[in-house]
Amino acid sequence: MTIHQLSVFLENTTGTLVQVLRQLKKANVQLVAITIADTAEYGILRIVCAEPLRACEVLKEAGIAVAISDVFALELDNKPGCASDVIDLFSQAGISIAYVYTFLYGGKGILVFRTDNTELARKTIAENNLPFIAEDALAQWK
Amino acid sequence: MSRDEMSALQGKRLHKIVEYVYHNVPFYRHKLQEMDIRPDDIQTIEDIRKLPFTTKKDLRDNYPFGLQAAPQSEIIRVHASSGTTGNPTIVGYTRKDIGVWSECMARCLTAYGITRDDTFSVAYGYGLFTGGLGAHYGVEHLGASVIPAGTGNTEKHLKLIRDLGITGIACTPSYALYLAETMETMGIKKEDLKLRAGAFGAEPWTESMRKEIEDRLGLKGYNLYGLSEIMGPCVSYECQEQDGSHICEDHFYPEVINPVTLESLPNGQTGELVFTTLTKEGMPLLRYRTRDLCSLMPGQCGCGRTSIRMSRIEGRSDDMLIIRGINVFPSQVESVVLSMPEFAPRYMLVVDRVNNLDTLQVQVELRQEYFTATFDTPAAINELEKRLASKLKSVLSISAKVQLKAPGTIERSQGKSAHIIDKRKL
Repeated sequence: MTIHQLSVFLENTTGTLVQVLRQLKKANVQLVAITIADTAEYGILRIVCAEPLRACEVLKEAGIAVAISDVFALELDNKPGCASDVIDLFSQAGISIAYVYTFLYGGKGILVFRTDNTELARKTIAENNLPFIAEDALAQWK
Repeated sequence: MSRDEMSALQGKRLHKIVEYVYHNVPFYRHKLQEMDIRPDDIQTIEDIRKLPFTTKKDLRDNYPFGLQAAPQSEIIRVHASSGTTGNPTIVGYTRKDIGVWSECMARCLTAYGITRDDTFSVAYGYGLFTGGLGAHYGVEHLGASVIPAGTGNTEKHLKLIRDLGITGIACTPSYALYLAETMETMGIKKEDLKLRAGAFGAEPWTESMRKEIEDRLGLKGYNLYGLSEIMGPCVSYECQEQDGSHICEDHFYPEVINPVTLESLPNGQTGELVFTTLTKEGMPLLRYRTRDLCSLMPGQCGCGRTSIRMSRIEGRSDDMLIIRGINVFPSQVESVVLSMPEFAPRYMLVVDRVNNLDTLQVQVELRQEYFTATFDTPAAINELEKRLASKLKSVLSISAKVQLKAPGTIERSQGKSAHIIDKRKL
C-alpha cells in the first residue's frame, strides 16, 4: 500500500542538488516528483521515481546520505475540496501527518504523505476504499 | 637500569651538552653569560632548572642555522618543519644523530612487538617532514622489512598491505581511519589483513579514536610521539600496556612546567612538556618548550620498563582556544564526536566573533550508513544536532552551534589534522 520515496540529506550550498540529480541522470532513473524540506543550513530532498531501490544504490555508491522512506500515495479526484476530505479521514482517525506534498500524474492529482502510524493509516485507506498507488505501479513510469 | 643510574647518566650528559653548546652556539653562550652560568655550574640533572628555556620563536629568529652546533661538514641530513607562520624550522643532523634516532625508533618498534620477521609499512609523509624517514630508518635499524608507502595512493597501499601480508604500519591516526574507510569501499575486510601493530602519532588523538582504529583495522594501536625540533618520531612510545608513553630519557630529558609562570611542576601534574636533548650534535636544544600539554608518570610500568612515561597529549598550549574566556581543546570536541556513531570521526571548529561575542561552531559529518528513514524530516535532523550540542555543552562548558555536513565533505588530512578555523580578528 506504500511506495518507496528517496530521502536525501543536502547541504544548503550551491551545487549539492544538481550533484544528486546528475547521478540519477547518469543511471537513467526516471523522476516522477521531487520536493525539498529545508532549513537555513540543510534540506531533505524527497524523490519519487521509477526504480527507487536501484536509484538508492546509485546514490549510496556515490557517497550520498540517502534513505528509503515508505510513504502513502493516494489518487485524488480533480475537484475542489478533495484533499481536505481525504486528510480529514486521517485526522479523525487520530493519525498525524509528518509531511505531505502533491503532484500531477496522467491528469490525476497524487497526494503523497508519511505518518508515524502506518498501520492505522493502512486500515483507514482500506476501510474508505481510497485509491492508492502501489509500489509496482511506479515501475510503469519508467 | 635503575633510577639512580639513569639520573647519574643524565647529569653527566647534561654537563657535556651545556659545555658543548656554550662553546659552539653563540645564542646559548650569550644567554648563559647573561644569566651568569658557566658549564661547570651544571653537574647533576637537578641543575637543569638553572638553564634558560628555548622556544619556537628562538628557532625562527635564528633561521636557518643559528642554533646549529656542528659544522656544516658534519651535517648529513636536514629536515624542515611546517612553518604555519613565518620561517620553517630547520634541523640539521650529524651521522651520530641519525644513528641515535634510528636506535630510539627501533626501541619504539620493539615495544610494539615488531621484530626482524615483520614487514612494516611507513605511511607518514616522506620528505622534509621527519615522520617518513625517521620511522623508515628505525625499521631498517631493527632489521624488519620496510615498505616506504608514504601518503596518498591509498588503494594501492591497501592492496600491498593485503597481498604482502604487512604486519605493522606507521601513520597519523586520521590517516589510519582514512585507510579503514577506503578499505570498506574497496570491499577489503580486516580479516583479509595481517596487520598487528600500528604506530600512530604526529597529531593528538584520543582513547575513543584508538578504539575505533583498532576495531576497524584489526590491530593494536600504539602512540608514537616525537617532534622534529628534538629529533622526530622516537621521543616516546607506548608498550603493550598502552598506559602512557615511555620516554627515551637517556637522550631526551623531559620536564613539565606551568606555561604561564614557567615553574617546574611535580610529576602527575599537567603542564607544558619541555625537552632537553642530552646527546644531540647537530642542533642540541636546552629546555625546549614543546607547547604540548601532558603530565609525567613515574614508577615502573607493567611491562617492566623503568623509564619515565608521559600521559596522552591533552592539548597544545598554543592550540588551546579561549572562547568567551573558557579554555577549549579540540581533543575535547573530538571525544564527544567519536562517542556518537551517527557522525564520522572528523570535525572542524569554526570560531568567530559576532557583536563582540565569541561564537563556536562545530561542523560534523553525517555517516552515510547512519542516515536512515528516521531522518527524513528536518525535525529529526534537528534532534540529532541538539543531542550533540548538549553533549558538547556539558564537556566544554560553553555552547556550540552544531552544523551537520554531508558525508565526505570535511577534508581528510594526510598529515597533521587541521581542525580549527579562527576567524576572530583580535
